Amino acid sequence: MTVSNHHWRKAINVFMQALTFVCAILVILPLLLVFFYLLKQGAGAVNWAFFTELPKPVGEVGGGMANAILGTFILILLASCLGVPVGVLGGVFLSEYRHRQLNWWIRFTADIINGVPSITWGMVVYALIVLPMKGFSTLAGGVVLGLIMIPLIMRTTEEVLQLVPNGYREAALALGIAQWRVIVQIVLRTALKGIVTGVMLALARVAGETAPLLFTAFGNAYWTHRLTEPIAALPLQIFNYAISPYDDWHRQAWAGALVLILLISGINICVRTLTRDRFSKRA
Amino acid sequence: MGSSATSHMGDRVFKGLTLAMALSVFVLIILIGFELAHGSSTAIRQFGWRFLISSDWDPVNEKFGALPFIFGTLVSSAIGLLIAVPLSIATAVYLTELAPLWLRQPLTMFIELLAAVPSVILGLWGIFVMVPWLSGHLFPLLQKYLGFLPLFQGAIYGPSIFAGGIIVAIMILPIITSVSREILRSVPGLQREAAYALGATRWEVTRIAVLSYAKKGLFGAVILGLGRALGETMAVTMVIGNSPQIVKSLFAPGYTLASVVANEFSEATTDTYLSALFEIGLVLLGVTVLVNALAQLLLKTFAGPGVKPQN
Repeated sequence: MTVSNHHWRKAINVFMQALTFVCAILVILPLLLVFFYLLKQGAGAVNWAFFTELPKPVGEVGGGMANAILGTFILILLASCLGVPVGVLGGVFLSEYRHRQLNWWIRFTADIINGVPSITWGMVVYALIVLPMKGFSTLAGGVVLGLIMIPLIMRTTEEVLQLVPNGYREAALALGIAQWRVIVQIVLRTALKGIVTGVMLALARVAGETAPLLFTAFGNAYWTHRLTEPIAALPLQIFNYAISPYDDWHRQAWAGALVLILLISGINICVRTLTRDRFSKRA
Repeated sequence: MGSSATSHMGDRVFKGLTLAMALSVFVLIILIGFELAHGSSTAIRQFGWRFLISSDWDPVNEKFGALPFIFGTLVSSAIGLLIAVPLSIATAVYLTELAPLWLRQPLTMFIELLAAVPSVILGLWGIFVMVPWLSGHLFPLLQKYLGFLPLFQGAIYGPSIFAGGIIVAIMILPIITSVSREILRSVPGLQREAAYALGATRWEVTRIAVLSYAKKGLFGAVILGLGRALGETMAVTMVIGNSPQIVKSLFAPGYTLASVVANEFSEATTDTYLSALFEIGLVLLGVTVLVNALAQLLLKTFAGPGVKPQN
């Protein structure tokens, strides 16, 4: 009786191990499928023209997404000008100045803002910038992505700074160095690699954002010369081409998606492999 | 003396600067609430509470009601959660408790990569690969065997609420998995050792010592996933069919709060129309802020003040 009970328990153990394994496979299956189809449909459409030419009007085959690729980089650059300083300095406050209650509320609010759908940010920036300036603009697109980056970077910076051993701070303070210089020259410098990691991951995240750009950056079939003009972006172009009825545009959408995902996963894989040794050493 | 005075000054300035930046999150949340409320004031005055229970969406005659979108959002999120919750919690259990050690790192990497796939790319794949497969294979099969339920009756369209739900599931799988994984990892090792000492098998240790201990935190992970599901925009917009109707069949097209804003905001021709869309945004904001606040409270009280999430 006890023996069969023992076998039964062991069988359940093996069964649950297999079941959860199957679930894990099902979870990563969509990723594999998406990558498979992106390579299958997109690789053929990525060529020199794709990176160097403007989109062609409907009916003409060919053309590229050069303006959208550049547009994505410009938007990310603008977003960083807003998101990085605010996020990093806010993270410094959370980690280096311990105001228990205030910091709890800041963290709580930052985490809530992280969960706010990005499209509502688009509406806010539409009301704040697009309406007063009477037009969709590069500036609005950069600002909306920058706002989304702020809480992301703030939280990762805080986490990274807390990994800096307290002894570093105490040693420097004991030498009579002012606290702000300890933070800037010792703490921030020690944690620089981690902060850059957090910033890169935030960049990768907003590089793929589409919804908030729909009515801020808006998209553009041509090159953009001023901050007050609408600008093309890869995710916007992919969306517009994907829902269009033209086969050639679908092909371009796949190509754009392949380029975008390679950019984003490239950043992710690089950053995570570069920082992994540190984490595994701690574990 | 002089140098200590300047460094004192420097300290005050630096602290003030970082404080101001940290406080920006309060500015942001007030700003977003204010702008959306301000933008929707026309619609709120004109339609009042009826906006939330009316199912008319007729821009031409300026009749606006949010019910079809609330319905579509709730149904697609529910389908998403039904699929994603068991899968992702099981995966988190596998990753922290049951998987061989060499497999954990690569699997985690895959899941982080899935989390990084932009919504619009998943939507592209959804339109051209998933939806045709669903309407060609899965939906007819479901109709054949479960067709007695009203949910699976009626004509099969490609883009549908069901397709939207599946896309939502794919989008929220990684976040529920990775948060659950953090939760399970923060269960103290002593819990497990105690159960092992009683002669429990690996699965029994997981069930008795880990899962029951982590229940509250896992619930927080699920609610966090719900928050993401409600706000998921691009991928859903691309596969749900975008038709403001309330029907029983999951095979029929639907519409969500986020998708109607994505599709119609830049085309809104009149002030009332634009204001109605702002009010939809306000509803979406209110719901997601509440859901996220609940999730954060559950997660934070689970972790406790002394326990930091490990990574």
